[in-house]
Amino acid sequence: MKISEIYSFKGLYRDDFRVTGYEFGEGEKSICIVGSLRGNEYQQMYVCSMLVKKLKKLEEAGKISKGSSIMIIPCGNPYSVNIKKRFWSIDNTDINRMFPGYGLGETTQRIADGIFNVIKEYKYGVQLASFYMPGHFVPQVRMMKTGNENIDLARKFGLPYIVLHNPRPFDTTTLNYNWQIWDTEAFSIYTSSTEKINKESAGQGVDSVLNFMAKEGILDYESSGFVASKIVESENFVTIRSNSAGFLDSIAKAGDKVIKGQVIAYISDPYTSDVLQTVKSDYDGIIVFAYDSPLAYMNTALFKIIPEKSQ
Amino acid sequence: MIESISDVVRIPLPVGEEFFIKKHRLEAEGKAKKRICIVTGIHGDELEGQYVCYEVAHRIKLAQENLNGIVDIYPAMNPFGIDSITRGIPAFDLDMNRIFPGNSDGDMNEYLASEIIKELSDADVVLDIHASNIFLTETPQVRINEVSVSSLLPLAVKSNMDLVWIHGASTVLESTLAYSLNSKGTKTLVVEMGVGMRITEEYGEQLTEGIFSIMSELGIWTGEICRTRQPIIAQDNDGTDVCYLNAACAGVYMKERKQGSFVHKGDTIGKIISPLSGEILEIVRAPEDGLLFTVREYPVVDEGSLMGRILKQKVLSENNV
Ligand SMILES: [Zn+2]
Repeated sequence: MKISEIYSFKGLYRDDFRVTGYEFGEGEKSICIVGSLRGNEYQQMYVCSMLVKKLKKLEEAGKISKGSSIMIIPCGNPYSVNIKKRFWSIDNTDINRMFPGYGLGETTQRIADGIFNVIKEYKYGVQLASFYMPGHFVPQVRMMKTGNENIDLARKFGLPYIVLHNPRPFDTTTLNYNWQIWDTEAFSIYTSSTEKINKESAGQGVDSVLNFMAKEGILDYESSGFVASKIVESENFVTIRSNSAGFLDSIAKAGDKVIKGQVIAYISDPYTSDVLQTVKSDYDGIIVFAYDSPLAYMNTALFKIIPEKSQ
Repeated sequence: MIESISDVVRIPLPVGEEFFIKKHRLEAEGKAKKRICIVTGIHGDELEGQYVCYEVAHRIKLAQENLNGIVDIYPAMNPFGIDSITRGIPAFDLDMNRIFPGNSDGDMNEYLASEIIKELSDADVVLDIHASNIFLTETPQVRINEVSVSSLLPLAVKSNMDLVWIHGASTVLESTLAYSLNSKGTKTLVVEMGVGMRITEEYGEQLTEGIFSIMSELGIWTGEICRTRQPIIAQDNDGTDVCYLNAACAGVYMKERKQGSFVHKGDTIGKIISPLSGEILEIVRAPEDGLLFTVREYPVVDEGSLMGRILKQKVLSENNV
């Protein structure tokens, strides 16, 4: 294992800003895994730290294929993590909206540039991503529909779902999109949580990355937890929303199979406990996302469901 | 004149409160009326537009016989942000100017965005007033995406601003209010002036006069208007009209030149100092001749922080300045 400084600069009254990379094996730049780019992505960093631990052992046991090198960057933004702020400390910009970056530009553009210069030549890129809303996901690989997305490669993670989505305007500034522009096969992996560490789901994330490396010949590793992925387009997700605001009491969880008409949550008056809305599933299907917060605003996406027929 | 204050949207919040966006309408009697919308407060830390909203309404009320159309004033599109000194939408950590055109079936913010578009889309002109951010002070300017130059430039030159900055298209900007409205054919000008969290009365007066000039152009105002200034027009589609001054190191920035100053190559614009060591870390000099139209206001800088922008001399020469 080689530890390297990917990017750094001096702080005014803080220690240096440093992005650290962990490299395993030698030779062709095979795969790079990036953890948290935002200050609240604890689970994403945790998955990377578990990968570092595993790969260290695998490397010592001579299990990394000759001519392959693996890079893990657990955290691209320690400044924000250490002050528990989601975005950049001073100007609240998001590093994952700054790719490919600009070395002569503003601070977060420089960070994105500094990181991207090191990671853009990898054959495969995996970002442990998070959703902007608090909640739980069924573990999944997400890919942008660019016309040449390689679904067969995505199957090699062995996660329950492969979700395809259409690029949105801001996607052009994300790491994933820019990796693809620079000819890296890029994947975003969502495990169940962000601000809370879910060890079981993190383990699934770790397995999925190791499975992928094994199937691509980067690693000599016995697959574990491998399942045949179902392919879904995100536009086929059905969103169940709140039509009132108050306390949210969710009964169903991400991963649950639900039937049409099943009660999956209640929204209640925060002063009187009166039920304001009995939330029911509109379809037979699987819950792939469940919102997690004691309070629900009006129109909040409480659940995302994959209807049975679209699987 | 008919005057009203009403809700654009109203929705319940989780705990004992309703969320609403208000508008102030000033409307001449009679029919066949043109409509201008004055919008501000999409970024909760930008307050320059607050004074403009007040001043436009105040001046109309003093000479209401000159009103010949509809003036709708929306002083707080992001009321949570203004109330909590937050640029974005608090609780969601979203930049409100990145969620348009929204979605009526989406979450609360997407729904709000779609209602705002619905509310504004039949206006003859929309003015979206911004005030930079807390870091930078801007010379009063209109910003126009190159894709809408032909429809917006004739109005922008009437706005009494010092500068019209025509910038290249970018996919990221497709989610702004102005882009969404312009792409639907609703002429929308974006004004940037002053600095976040403060009100510069002089700029407010200047823009107010510009708004009356645009209203006069549209026939919404029949009263006398001031002679407006001729703005410098920067056709910066390829991004080569402006020099950006980024900090070489972290420190405390001391500005020496005001926004709107003409500078020569090598002039000192400011310096980055270290209060810890008592040293000058960097003397920031103009890389070329031009107009310093953006200056850094917030002293603490990281490596890369923007300290100023200079409009290059070639643009000034093209404009005979
Ligand atoms: Zn703004």
